[in-house]
Amino acid sequence: MTNGVNKPDNGRREAAVLPPVDVIEDATGITLYADLPGVGKEQLNLRVEADTLTIEGEVALNAPEGLQPSHAEVQVPRYRRVFALSKELDPEKIVAELNHGVLKLRIPKAEHAQPRKVQIRVS
Amino acid sequence: MIYRSLFPRDIFAEFDRLQRDLQQAYDTSPSIRGFGRGGYPALNVGGTAQSVEIYAFAPGLDPAKIDVNIDRGVLTIEGQRESVLPADEKVAVHISERFSGRFRRVVSLPDDIDPNAVNAEYRDGVLHLSIRRRESALPRRIEIK
Repeated sequence: MTNGVNKPDNGRREAAVLPPVDVIEDATGITLYADLPGVGKEQLNLRVEADTLTIEGEVALNAPEGLQPSHAEVQVPRYRRVFALSKELDPEKIVAELNHGVLKLRIPKAEHAQPRKVQIRVS
Repeated sequence: MIYRSLFPRDIFAEFDRLQRDLQQAYDTSPSIRGFGRGGYPALNVGGTAQSVEIYAFAPGLDPAKIDVNIDRGVLTIEGQRESVLPADEKVAVHISERFSGRFRRVVSLPDDIDPNAVNAEYRDGVLHLSIRRRESALPRRIEIK
């Protein structure tokens, strides 16, 4: 999974690795975890445009001068993954945490979409 | 490895394969133990004249619980990553791609490294090991008297 590479779609975007994610939904929202090893807070780029969530990050390794790579399983120093948000989610209230290369996003459901028990009337 | 024993091969061919694998291992490539593409953690290996540099892309670990050992020129990185998926039935797991469980990756190191001069650093989920080459192995100019 970590080696899935997105092809640049219109020549404008650079190639990127598709990071593996876990997405869990509970009654009040969605929690997303993404593996972004090598991405620090400054290299992380999170965007919500309309109903599209984009996670992007640059890998920053501190490589000594004159390093000759001999084996590379991570060949593109960039991650990108795009998700479509559904309308009951509230993009204004997303909370992001980055810890040891794992991004955790909490996307709560909008007030009006919070769970309500539906009463079933029997007539 | 099980599939290999299903196809008994000529023992000389096996030796030949082993020989070739060993040869490849000399350029610090972990290939003798299989290309772990897509494995956890992903490894990038490189070198300079003074050192061998290994980057293990191991996000979400407690650095105190990563075990790194060098034994007879073989580097082993092992540990465990806990799953974040809840056991609770009231949640829906929509995507589950991230690795969890025990992991172990093994890399054969070149002969000229000094196992006592290892610098290990865990930053942003990347474990960076820098292993110095022995002084005697460093390139040097020979004085002509």
